Amino acid sequence: MHALFYVAAVVAILATVRVITCLNAVHALLYLIVSLLSVAIVLYSLGAPFIAALEVIVYAGAIMVLFIFVVMMLNLGAKAVDTERTWLKPSMWIGPCILAAILIAEVAYLLSRGTSAAHSGIIVGPKQVGMSLFGTYLMGVELASMLLLGALVAAYHLSARKREKLEIRNVTDTDRTGTAAGGDLVRTGTGGPSRAA
Amino acid sequence: MFALGLAGLLVRRNLIFVLMSIEVMMNAAGLAFVTAGSRWSQPDGQVMFIFVLATAAAEVSVGLALLLQLYHQYKSLDADAASQMRG
Repeated sequence: MHALFYVAAVVAILATVRVITCLNAVHALLYLIVSLLSVAIVLYSLGAPFIAALEVIVYAGAIMVLFIFVVMMLNLGAKAVDTERTWLKPSMWIGPCILAAILIAEVAYLLSRGTSAAHSGIIVGPKQVGMSLFGTYLMGVELASMLLLGALVAAYHLSARKREKLEIRNVTDTDRTGTAAGGDLVRTGTGGPSRAA
Repeated sequence: MFALGLAGLLVRRNLIFVLMSIEVMMNAAGLAFVTAGSRWSQPDGQVMFIFVLATAAAEVSVGLALLLQLYHQYKSLDADAASQMRG
């Protein structure tokens, strides 16, 4: 069980080093996902299976989807096809695949040993965590919910104000150029992604 | 791992990498909390990890929205471009 912990920790550190040394954002995201998964295995071997599941679901699920969504959004344009072609080269996905294969081997080893996670520490189960979370730290839960609500409103506001400004600019452009420039909307529509590229 | 995240934050100037480094640092802090909690077999460490998780999610959503805004403003992801912001 100690070997499992150390192998997962080494995988996590290797993947994190690759995250900050990669030049391409998508490569770094792949390594970041592998790093998060290995941290989840480290947490499991530390006796926190509930937290390990949360790590996989929230970090590797939700936050990584957000990151990938934004990266893909910024990569729109004409050269997207070329970058897509280069992303499919094996030199790009072979590194994360090797690290992820190590993690899969670890999980298979865990499953083959049975569900009893015998390790050095004591398992702190989700029941204890829930009792403590909604008993002692109830105010913290409320504060966290307020923080999430604030983040939701802030993200909506930041992404909605830009669209209003863009619409106002388009309206003033069409007003200035008059009705003869009928292709103005078309031009802004086609100019948007190429400018973003 | 926290040191790696901090190094990434200092080295890279691309804003996406800065956000990813912040993620790594939050993850390392949460891992330290859980390790301490399992060392003394207390559930408090995992509770703190849940709070760190919520904070990271909120921070990432606001950070990515700001990043999109900045990208449409400056057409680049260079963090030095944002330092010339006025008003």
